Amino acid sequence: MSTIEKLPLAVDHIPEGKRHIYDAEPLLSARDLVITFGRVVGLDGVNLDLYRGEVLAVIGDNGAGKSTLIKCLTGAYQPSSGSIRLEGSPVSFRRPQDAREAGIETVYQQLAVIPALDIASNLYLGREERRKGPLGSVFRMLDKGGMEKRAGESVQGLGIQTIQNMGQAVETLSGGQRQAVAVARAAAFGSKVVVLDEPTAALGVKESGMVLDMVKQLRDNGLAVILISHNMPHVWDVADRIHIQRLGGCAGVITPQSHDMGEGVAIMTGAKTLSSP
Amino acid sequence: MSSATGSSAAAAEFARRRQSPVQQLQNLLHKRPWLSPLLLLFITFLAFFIATPNFLTANSMGILFQQTAIVAALAVGQTIVILTAGIDLSVGAIMVLSMMVMASLAKDGGMPGILALVIGIALATFAGMLNGLLVTRINLPPFIVTLGTLSIFTAIALLYSGGSSIQAEHLPGLLNFLGDGFAIGDFRLTWGIVVVVLIYAVMAFVLSQTAWGRYVYAVGDDAESARLSGVPSKRILLAVYTVAGLIYGIAAWVLIGRAGSATPNAIPTANLDSITAVVIGGTSLFGGRGRLIGTLIGALIVQTFDFGLSLMGVNQQWRVLAIGVLIVVAVAVDQWIRKVKA
Repeated sequence: MSTIEKLPLAVDHIPEGKRHIYDAEPLLSARDLVITFGRVVGLDGVNLDLYRGEVLAVIGDNGAGKSTLIKCLTGAYQPSSGSIRLEGSPVSFRRPQDAREAGIETVYQQLAVIPALDIASNLYLGREERRKGPLGSVFRMLDKGGMEKRAGESVQGLGIQTIQNMGQAVETLSGGQRQAVAVARAAAFGSKVVVLDEPTAALGVKESGMVLDMVKQLRDNGLAVILISHNMPHVWDVADRIHIQRLGGCAGVITPQSHDMGEGVAIMTGAKTLSSP
Repeated sequence: MSSATGSSAAAAEFARRRQSPVQQLQNLLHKRPWLSPLLLLFITFLAFFIATPNFLTANSMGILFQQTAIVAALAVGQTIVILTAGIDLSVGAIMVLSMMVMASLAKDGGMPGILALVIGIALATFAGMLNGLLVTRINLPPFIVTLGTLSIFTAIALLYSGGSSIQAEHLPGLLNFLGDGFAIGDFRLTWGIVVVVLIYAVMAFVLSQTAWGRYVYAVGDDAESARLSGVPSKRILLAVYTVAGLIYGIAAWVLIGRAGSATPNAIPTANLDSITAVVIGGTSLFGGRGRLIGTLIGALIVQTFDFGLSLMGVNQQWRVLAIGVLIVVAVAVDQWIRKVKA
């Protein structure tokens, strides 16, 4: 049903077992995205394909348009021109809720968790489940037990062992555990795409490792993951492909196998250019 | 790594360390925030029980509960507003305006009681909604909005009533009804108290058992995060001020029954009393934390202090001073409890 060409892929370097991912149609495609803020050009005709079961990292210098690109894909900004397709059908998100309803979840840098509420309440914030029968339909009573149980399952499903009690207030958790709650929320409801904005920026080594394991787990569960990061070792650790933003445009898409970190940074800063994708 | 399951031996040793009794108390009070106001209420009761034989009698308790009912009702509205990190300085003004309109429509307008009551409560609801609209549409701080509407509503109530009271005997039975009640021995329970208890039951259920209640806490704790999580923050805020207005309207009805008249300068301390009850009840003025049961206990503490001291013949100024000291001590203890080391 897709009426657009796939972007050319540099899959020569993708490990053998993962080739099939790129034989399928892209899950999310963006073509010629342009956005301007007054006279400032935020995005200058960016293309992007995202496949099921991959981690696509987006790297770039400050002001290169990483966040702007992501905000266009998740409904926080509306592009001035260009098109976005989800599973081949054109979509136009007016608000973040539209993207969320379409199955695209975002984990914001500031996490968007409520410290005073418990873990289960945070996971279900904005989409609470009510009890069956008149208690739920007439008295609007929440199904607290059910939500706690399912919250526990989704946290366990991401391989997080350090959080046991879903009734614990989020303010009692460490930075990594809070990040885990935010990712678990996205994983529980993001049926198709999960976008993570700098998930390891504020974390120590061990907690970063835990969050990166969660990212791999999301991918292995069949979701498409977009990861924005400044941390090159983390990117080279988890990414399948790396989209490099530079000066509002895409400077190329590489893989951790095709280029090493030094080359990646060189392309990012303009010291080196990628002739063909 | 700061996780509690850190596996190092030193950390395990640290977790098993002995705590002093004071630390244990601090921990317990931190886990159960409603416990410290309850403890304070108990101590207050005990002190007055020892100090004066007239205190713990069925008759005195009946009067104490009737006195508490009005402030306790207003404090419900104040609690939900403060939970959203707001403040409502217009509680008393809305209640008095609503009360004067009810009474005047019934007496001078010759309206049937039920119609006057419904219009009065609707007016209070609308007044609350006006606060909410100013806060959410024009983005003014709640303190400024309600400081302004405090003067506006007070002035309208005075202008409308011409500054004069309306006595109960000129009012239809329905408006006085909440002052009636029944006696259990010497203990007199009014329908007004029953209504206030019902308000508490309903709002406690809404706050703790429904999504709307969660949203009230979420908006108060971190409005931006709540919005990003898909909580309709502005709609929740508007609803909170509107519901608060509705509760002030019902409080107006309770007040007519209790006071036996509608007076434009009734309970001048209502604003501060309601805030005091909320604060002593352990609700944070920064929003997002607190419980309605704490507010009820807080309202009881303040009224018990006032009532007990007046039974002992202590004069008005000393009572006001004592309650001031109580507020400062209560908030200081609350801060100490929050500094607990997990």
